[in-house]
Amino acid sequence: MSLAKRIIPCLDVDNGRVVKGVQFVNIRDAGNPVEVAKRYDEQGADEITFLDITATAHDRNTTVQMVEEVASQVFIPLTVGGGIRTVEDIRTMLNAGADKVAINSAAIFNPAFVQEACDTFGSQCIVVAIDAKKVSTEGEPNRWEIFTHGGRKETGIDAIEWAQKMESLGAGEILLTSMDRDGTKSGFDLKLTRAISDAINIPVIASGGVGELDHLCQGITEGHAEAVLAASIFHFGQHTVQEAKEAMQAKGIEVRL
Amino acid sequence: MNQKLVAVVDYGMGNLRSVAKAAEHVAPTNTRIIVTHNPEEIESADAIIFPGQGAAKACMNALFETGMIHPIQKSAQEKPFLGICMGLQVLMSHSTENEGVACLDIIKGDVKQFELNAHPSLKVPHMGWNQIQQTQEHPLWHNIPQNSRFYFVHSYYVQPKEQSIIAGTTTHGITFPTVLSHKNLFAIQAHPEKSADHGLQLFQNFLQWNG
Repeated sequence: MSLAKRIIPCLDVDNGRVVKGVQFVNIRDAGNPVEVAKRYDEQGADEITFLDITATAHDRNTTVQMVEEVASQVFIPLTVGGGIRTVEDIRTMLNAGADKVAINSAAIFNPAFVQEACDTFGSQCIVVAIDAKKVSTEGEPNRWEIFTHGGRKETGIDAIEWAQKMESLGAGEILLTSMDRDGTKSGFDLKLTRAISDAINIPVIASGGVGELDHLCQGITEGHAEAVLAASIFHFGQHTVQEAKEAMQAKGIEVRL
Repeated sequence: MNQKLVAVVDYGMGNLRSVAKAAEHVAPTNTRIIVTHNPEEIESADAIIFPGQGAAKACMNALFETGMIHPIQKSAQEKPFLGICMGLQVLMSHSTENEGVACLDIIKGDVKQFELNAHPSLKVPHMGWNQIQQTQEHPLWHNIPQNSRFYFVHSYYVQPKEQSIIAGTTTHGITFPTVLSHKNLFAIQAHPEKSADHGLQLFQNFLQWNG
């Protein structure tokens, strides 16, 4: 008897539709967010994350409406990320029915915002999203840095130190994406995931690179993550969440079935 | 048939909408769910849902500012009352959160922080789906199997003085009380509004319960 490791399908949303790109290009349409969220709920998803990838004012309203609609039909935790920059943005999403928000670039431009958000709403609803890329070359000790703008812009910030700083500011959880692996289907960056998970006490959600069920298991057993996030293996019918959980259980991982 | 009025207590903390939505999803047709911070509506309601998130001190301050302390204490003595998460913790006498906070003292006992030094691989907050072992029979457990998983997010847990009121326990490094029940009062550390079918069943059971 203990806490189950979580599987979190991720829906990238663009103007009210679920999309999925390979390293943020070649975006493919993957359906109506409410329908997709309901399908994952029925398959036993432990949570659902929405990432709003375009954030014009008009699209934001579409996202808020979508969150409202999903929250009245799906009774598992919902996280919304993308363009969360102010306390008011967070309040809007929580009022629409989100349980958590993911803060990404706003944390980098203004770390005090993370603390303000946690003080206002509680750590339980503040997820800090970290996009990390390996910067060390072969033969050097591993080192990862934070990148912004979908992995195109470097910040020079060390990923492990950043995760520790976010924990100290009150973040309740870290959503860790390897920008080297995102969209490649070659598996998580397990060394990165493990380095961060072992360095902090709050839960880490591993993200970026899942192409088969075994990758999800590795994120837990080798990456020491508390939760694993994936998109395309679920969106296009390659696997159900149920199959993913059965695969994890077969590896001795505790799951909610 | 008379209408039953169920008040979800709104003191500006936490995600009340999901609690109200989940209750509405399973409410019988004669039951009306309202979200309110009006002490009179709390007093006139037939049943109370008391949710909560965030920190104990902010929660107690908000209850004080909205004039809700007395109506909550009164309701907890006399009508079906469901506390959720922080709505369980502030029922206790005292919390060690925020360097010590006096709470509602409806249930004797304390709220303590997880100390899991002996379990370095376990994370705090205790976040995710964990099992509740039902340690007593209760109408609110109707159709919810033993050891069902519920969704939790918290860093503190309750320690009631009276062990006989513990209706459920959960294990995360240590085994701790996650459900307390006494007469008309039932309070749970997990979030039934986010616990899929078992959570909805718990709301359904509560809405049919006469305390």
